[in-house]
Formats: sequence, C-alpha cells, structure tokens
Amino acid sequence: MNDSPATVLSRIQQRSLGIGIVVSAICAWGAYVHWTRFLQAYLVAFFFWLNISLGCFAILMLQHMIKGRWGLVIRRSLEAGASTLPLMVLFFIPLLAGHARLYPPPPTTGFKAVYLNWPFFLGRAVFYFAVWVLMAWLLNKWSDDQDRTGDPVFQARLTRLSGPGLIIFGLTITFAAVDWVMSLETGFFSTIYGMIFMVAAALAAMAFITVMAMILARYKPLSEVATAERFHNYGNLLLVFVLLWAYLSFSQFLIIWAGNLQDEIPWYVSRAYGGWGVIALFLVLFHFAIPFVLLLNRPITKSSRALAGVAIALFIMGWVDLYWIIEPAFRPQGPQLSWMDIATPFGLGGLWMAVFLQKLRKRPLLPLHDPRFEEVLEYD
Amino acid sequence: MAGRRLYGLMAEFDTPEALLYAARAAREEGYRKFDAYSPFGIEGLAEAVGFPKTRLPVLVFFGGLFGCCGGFFMQWWANVIGYPLNIGGKPYDSWPAFIPITFELTILCAALTTVIGMIALNGLPAPYHPAFNVPRFALASRDHFFLLIEAEDPKFDPKETQEFLEALHAQEVSEVEA
Repeated sequence: MNDSPATVLSRIQQRSLGIGIVVSAICAWGAYVHWTRFLQAYLVAFFFWLNISLGCFAILMLQHMIKGRWGLVIRRSLEAGASTLPLMVLFFIPLLAGHARLYPPPPTTGFKAVYLNWPFFLGRAVFYFAVWVLMAWLLNKWSDDQDRTGDPVFQARLTRLSGPGLIIFGLTITFAAVDWVMSLETGFFSTIYGMIFMVAAALAAMAFITVMAMILARYKPLSEVATAERFHNYGNLLLVFVLLWAYLSFSQFLIIWAGNLQDEIPWYVSRAYGGWGVIALFLVLFHFAIPFVLLLNRPITKSSRALAGVAIALFIMGWVDLYWIIEPAFRPQGPQLSWMDIATPFGLGGLWMAVFLQKLRKRPLLPLHDPRFEEVLEYD
Repeated sequence: MAGRRLYGLMAEFDTPEALLYAARAAREEGYRKFDAYSPFGIEGLAEAVGFPKTRLPVLVFFGGLFGCCGGFFMQWWANVIGYPLNIGGKPYDSWPAFIPITFELTILCAALTTVIGMIALNGLPAPYHPAFNVPRFALASRDHFFLLIEAEDPKFDPKETQEFLEALHAQEVSEVEA
C-alpha cells in the first residue's frame, strides 16, 4: 500500500492508452478489409461505452438531486465519466461514415420515411450530442468553480440543472436508442425500448464506478470515507438497476408475446430461438437471477472486493445484453462471433479509459467544498 | 418480596450513552442473559447486548419460494388441468402470462412471512412480562433507559449484581418479581 492513487491511476492510464492505440489500429485494418462486419461489431462497442458515459452523466445528476452521502465518494469518478462525452462524438464518426451500409433504407412512405431520412437523422444526432456535451461540461465546470471558491451558489446551480437535466437525458437517450439501434429493424417498435437503454446505461455505469471505488478506496484520501456502508449503498443501487432491467426487459417481451403481431413478433422470434435463445437464457441467469441473489447478501455488498466481483460480471453482461439486442438484426439465424466483436470494445475502451483517467487525475479525488463533506467525516 | 421468586435486577439510566456503556460493561463482566430497553434505537446497543443472528432471512426466503412455486402451480393447474381455455390460439401452459402473478405472490408471501416471522421470533404476543412489575419501567417508552439482568444468568448473584449495577452509576436498581 505504499503507492499513492496518483501513481496507480497514471499506470492504469498508460496501459489503457497502449491497449487502446494498438487494438484500435488492428480494428482499423479490420475495417479496411471487411467494412460492413466492422460496422456491426463497432455499433455494439460504441453503445457499450456510450452507455457508461451517459450512465455516469445520469447518476451524477441523480446524486446532485438526492444529496445522499453515497454520492461524495464517487462524485469525481462520475464527473470524469460524464466528461468523456466529447470523445463519444469522435467515436460516432465511423457510424456516420458507414450509415448507408449499416442501416436498412428507410421505408418510402409513411411517418418512418419522414423520420428516418438521412438529413433529419444527422440533425438529431448533432442535437443529442450537443445537449449531452454541453450539460456534462456545465456539471464539470461548476464543480471546478465550487472546488476553487467554496461558494455555495455552485451547489445550488448543479442541483437546479440536474432536475431538468434528468428529464432531458431520459428523452434524448430514448430517441437516440430508436435512431441508432431500433431503426436497424424498421418494422419493429416498442415504447419501453428507450427505458431499457436508460437502465442499461445506469447499470453499466454503476458497475464501472463501483470497481473504480474499490480501487480508489485502498488509498488515502478515499479510504477514510469509502466505508463498508458506502459499498452497501452501491450494492443496493446495483440491485435496483438489475431489478429494473429485468422488469422492463420482461415487460417488453410479455406485451409483444401476448399481442403476437406480425410487425413486432419477428424481433423476438429471431432472439428467442437457436443460438440467440441460448444467449437470452444466459442473460436471464447472469444478468438477473444470479446477481439478484448475490446482491441480496449483506456480507457481499459490504465487502468492496466481493461487490467489485459482482460489478465486473454485470459490466461484462452489459455487453452481452447489447450484443443480443443489436446483432440479431444482422444475423437473425444465429450468432457468429467475429474477432472484431471482441476487439472493438477493447479498442474504444482503452482510449475511453485514458481520457477518463486524465480527467480524474487532474483534480483532488474528493470534492473539497461539497456540503456533505464535513457531515461524512463527522458521522461515519 | 418475601416468598416471591426474583426474575432479575433492573437498573435505570437517564442517557442512552450510560445505557450503552452499562450494556458493554455487563457483557465484559461475563453476563449473558440480560436485555436493554430504550425509547428509540441506539447504534451499537444490539451488538452490546449480544443480539443473536436472526433466522428471519431464511424464513423469508422459504416464504418467497413458496409464493413463487404456489403462484405458478395455481395458474398452471387452472389453465392446463382445471379449466383449459383456448386464449388467442396460445398453448395452455403459456408460462410468460403466468410470470406477473407468480412474481406478485412471491412478494406477497415473502412480505407476510417477514411481518409474521418478525412478530413470532420476537416472542410476541406476550400478555405478561415481569419487567412491567417495576412501576417506573413505563418510562422506557418515554425518556428513560433500562438494563435488566435476569436471575437465570449463571453469573447472577443478588448481592454482587446489585453492587455491579450501582457501580455503573445507575440512577436506581430495583428487584423484578417473576
């Protein structure tokens, strides 16, 4: 334990950057050789990391609204996660370049013809990113100002932005999920869809943040405030998101299964049989049943190591979930794993982690003038 | 008091800190059969009294399991064996349709087991408890704090225990009739 968090974080950052550059270069070669297959793998990887950025952004606003003591320990990680959103704009460019290859042509008549045409699609994407980047920037800027001046006005501003911000987040991620994923199968529609992405984002981000908290809690200054009680809180949050994910995913399935209409049902027919059916069962077990039972156990949620183990499993299952939602659009007959499916998340992830840690290292790991700060040191 | 059996000795304190300190001291001294009474929850008191690990979670798990299996079986039996109806051309044992009620019965049975199990494991209802033989004990639900060491405790000795409790700065130590 002689290491300081600064040296540990910079070591992880260097390795992430190395992995990111090397794997991204290999993926770029893959894109050159097999452009369509690359785009399909890339869409899953893009959404995997977008979920973590957006999830951090949403949980950051949530803890500004609730002001629970659990927010203090992870606030800096959440801010750093939200500040990676400009990087996601950069990551979106290959999807724009391959738009015509990746998405089926929109129908020529009706509402979908108006909605899914290319200029409108592009305009909406610009709008979502503009809103996300701007709000994430404000949340970080006011937090910096609060650190520097200690003026309570900044906490009030953060809270005031977070309320409407959460509503805007809910609407934009819903439309983004419809635009970028649901439109892969133009016949299908579901109104719960956006909410499933919202919860998936929150779950992936919470899992990621829990692992970060476990690493940071080994060193000062976080070791003093990241108590077993805090990890118990994170375990409960993970449990809530797991339950909500299962509830929403099952509701969508139940409604479409009961309706049994020819527009919607093919989406589940391809995903519930054969190879995709095996993955669906795998999701029920490892994205719901087993984490659910584990997270009910207090000895697990109160130990940072055990909880981080569950969080890592949920983090990986987040990718499986996205793979199961997105990939059957291209291969309804069954999964065919390509090396690019595995490589692209590492390529993007390495670069993402490097940017995330750059931001995290720049500031003290505890927000200096957070009103919860003295309260936590006094009572815990 | 002549002729009546002694249930234990009760010490009265006027602050939660004093009670917590007394409970810890009693535990260190070797007493095991004693209980603390307070108008509100005190952090650390349960550990000081040596609260046993509760079996309630196990009961709740089986309650939930019963609701889950029972709820599913009830619907399966009604739809497949008892009164099979063709609904939308779907098979009789259409399990997705059974899930919401299965889920709700799981929660219902688990919740009922929690409440009833909690009451039963607490030994309630108890129409008679010797602690109420001390008139001032009514203050335990207002603003006073009590520690009761039972006579059944192997370390209990009327004289020594009395002295021990008095040394803890108890306001008053009274005998509790059985």
